[in-house]
Amino acid sequence: MFILIVGCGRVGSSVARTMLREGHEVSCLDEDPESHTRLEVGLDRGWEDLGGRFTVGTGLETDALVAAGIEKADAFIASTNGDNTNIVISQIAQRRYEVPTVIARILDPLRAEWYRQQGVHTICPTRVAIDMLESAVREGAPREVA
Amino acid sequence: MYIIVVGAGKVGWNLARELLEKDHEVTLIESNRRRYLTVEQELEHNVLYGDASELWVLERAGIERADMVIAVTGDDEDNMLICQVAKEKYEVAQIIARVNNPRNRAHFDLLGVKPSVSATDLILRLLEHEVPEYGLVHLLDLQEEQLEIIEMLLGKDSRVTGERVGDLSMPEGSLLISVLREGKGFVPGPDTVLQAGDEVLAVLDPGREDDLKELFGPAGGNGAG
Repeated sequence: MFILIVGCGRVGSSVARTMLREGHEVSCLDEDPESHTRLEVGLDRGWEDLGGRFTVGTGLETDALVAAGIEKADAFIASTNGDNTNIVISQIAQRRYEVPTVIARILDPLRAEWYRQQGVHTICPTRVAIDMLESAVREGAPREVA
Repeated sequence: MYIIVVGAGKVGWNLARELLEKDHEVTLIESNRRRYLTVEQELEHNVLYGDASELWVLERAGIERADMVIAVTGDDEDNMLICQVAKEKYEVAQIIARVNNPRNRAHFDLLGVKPSVSATDLILRLLEHEVPEYGLVHLLDLQEEQLEIIEMLLGKDSRVTGERVGDLSMPEGSLLISVLREGKGFVPGPDTVLQAGDEVLAVLDPGREDDLKELFGPAGGNGAG
């Protein structure tokens, strides 16, 4: 698969490395050229040497998306640090470029839920944390009464 | 009307003030605490502090009963999202979005966020209007209806000066709707004779501009004006 990841922070770069290691073609797009360094954390060779691609630009720039290969992408991951950016660019990937698999990382549970109902595949880390915390508390044992 | 304005920058603040003066009910939402405190000194309870891309903030502002939502923050993604949510989730009848970067306009359209307003585009239009060498000025584009209204100034050498309107061979899909002469406008009849210095307004299907330029332009030249 050809996977395009927009937003190369902790989440994006980690997913990028894993997907590349699993044999996929991976292209990253980030507005910060420095994020390329993050991509190479823990790698013994350079990102490009391993076959990865990296483009500097934002997910709203059509030129940057095309340069990063959106027209032939099988999967699109929106993992920038802005919820609204992720929501907007994942809809662009879906509607304009008809990428078959589009996934948006959305931190706000309310927005994540509503856009999920609208047909955007959303991943909400906050929701996951809330659920884990709640079940961890439920599983805890009460204080023993002396 | 009840109108929610998002973003208390220069545009939003002045807009809210004008709307209040016109006796509308207005809530202005601002996410920057310092800006909020400044604006609140003047607009008081009409300003709400919060991030309007959070749905509960919109709900607290009473979006369910809003007649209109206007998003004029400096961030295009925020304006798109707020308007999309207002329209599709809360079924607000009318939305207006500000486009900060004109390159993003296509994204607004793609997400169904219309109408959208871009200051850059407006200034460009004005420039076309003020700089006569452009010849043909777009006054209005009705994208949905696939129509546009344009204005052209007839120069001395225009090939239609001295002609009766009834004798013009207007291109298919275009109609002459008005003539502005010496500061006054009127609807031309077939016997109206066009003069140099007339500004003519025409409604046409998009893409017919060149045919009109050809017709109204100077004999053997390129474009009127």
